[in-house]
Amino acid sequence: MQQSNGYIIIFSAILTVVLGGALAIASVSLKPAQKKQVELDTKRQILSAVMDLDENANVIDVYDNRIKSVVVNYDGMIVEKDEEGNELVAENIDIGKQYKRDSLERYYPVFKFMAENGQDVESYILPVYGKGLWDDIFGYLAVDGSFKEVVGVTFDHKAETPGLGARITDAEVQERFQGKKLFDEVGKLVSVQMVKGESGNPSIYDEYHVDGLSGATKTAQGVNDMLKNYAGFYQNYFNRINNGEESTTSQVIR
Amino acid sequence: MSTDTLEQENVQVKESEGLLSKRRKRIVSDPLNDDNPITVQVLGICSALAVTTQMKPTFVMSLSVIFVMVFSSLTISALRKLIPSRVRIIVQLAVIATLVALVDQVLKAYLYDVSKLLSVFVGLIITNCIVMGRLEAFAMGNKPYDSVLDALGSALGYSWIILAVAFFRELLGSAAIFGFKVFEAIGIDQFPTNGLMVTPVGAFFVLGLIIWVQRTKTGYVEH
Repeated sequence: MQQSNGYIIIFSAILTVVLGGALAIASVSLKPAQKKQVELDTKRQILSAVMDLDENANVIDVYDNRIKSVVVNYDGMIVEKDEEGNELVAENIDIGKQYKRDSLERYYPVFKFMAENGQDVESYILPVYGKGLWDDIFGYLAVDGSFKEVVGVTFDHKAETPGLGARITDAEVQERFQGKKLFDEVGKLVSVQMVKGESGNPSIYDEYHVDGLSGATKTAQGVNDMLKNYAGFYQNYFNRINNGEESTTSQVIR
Repeated sequence: MSTDTLEQENVQVKESEGLLSKRRKRIVSDPLNDDNPITVQVLGICSALAVTTQMKPTFVMSLSVIFVMVFSSLTISALRKLIPSRVRIIVQLAVIATLVALVDQVLKAYLYDVSKLLSVFVGLIITNCIVMGRLEAFAMGNKPYDSVLDALGSALGYSWIILAVAFFRELLGSAAIFGFKVFEAIGIDQFPTNGLMVTPVGAFFVLGLIIWVQRTKTGYVEH
């Protein structure tokens, strides 16, 4: 009896319903907690581009006190509403989705890290996105108010090789970018480059180069492209700020 | 008449078997050493190489494997008389995959940082040969309680090995244990960490040494 086709079909059907049901219940009931974790992780990532957060730090409080965010377009105009008239919130913009659009049509979130007095901008934290060796890489680039010097970076990845390309998430690798320059004296974009190979000696590099990743040249190349691209995408916005013409528009400028 | 008494005797023997009889203790203890799934059966190697760079994710991985093995063994053993033999493999896989998906969801909700470190490897518990091997070799033919003990034994055998590997890899590769900087704490600031230990190659070395030591002690020879 147990070998008949009818029994097998019924058994499989019941099994599918029971297991599927269990998964559905788990997925629905855990969704809020997961969403909260992702939000917390995003805020932690944004903040850790400019400061050291210890494990028990109250990320949400620090974030609410220190970060002010805006959304800009390619021309450097602040955008408040998208094409359909919905309000744009920098924290809710999915950089991965924006990355798929043409660079001229993307929305670019800017996170302003405010000084303790709450008035002046200490540094700007900009999301960056690009291609690593196996899949997408992403992170945050923190620059000083004049958009010349890198204050700090955080990187993350989807599928880089553990121990090789995945080292871009190591604090030791990210610290190499601190204090490097994005533009030369005449204001031309140079960006920061990871060199091929790894010497372990940071003092031999100038202010536009950092030590590379041994065995992960392709991932390092991805990081280079990502930083240079996004430094270019944000250039218009910082030109406007430096010229004192930061302006707001509620429509999309095309 | 005589068969009746025999049967009764059999029942008597089964009823009197303690919760932790000698046979059952052996079911749990064998996989810890003499029949260890990693070092003797050489199964589950890929996850042993991949997740053991640090103690914390390794510990979470161990708990996940213990959970998945115990509950899949329990389910399959309880259903063993109902499962049609022609589709038993797919049934086993479906049960394992469901439990693994559950573990993954829970980790994402409550241990997000660890789940990011473990990334795909929690999902890959589905393909861990130890889990399905025990279902097919033991749970399909034994009672639920015995199957749970067997699963627990194998999972603990897997766990202690990967924890041992992770201990040496984190100590030598990152100079820390569970993220705690051991060498700084005892006054050695400039401990030269070994980058090799952070790569999967380091796990091969540690695992090979463990297998060597263990086989020298137990006298196990592969035929």
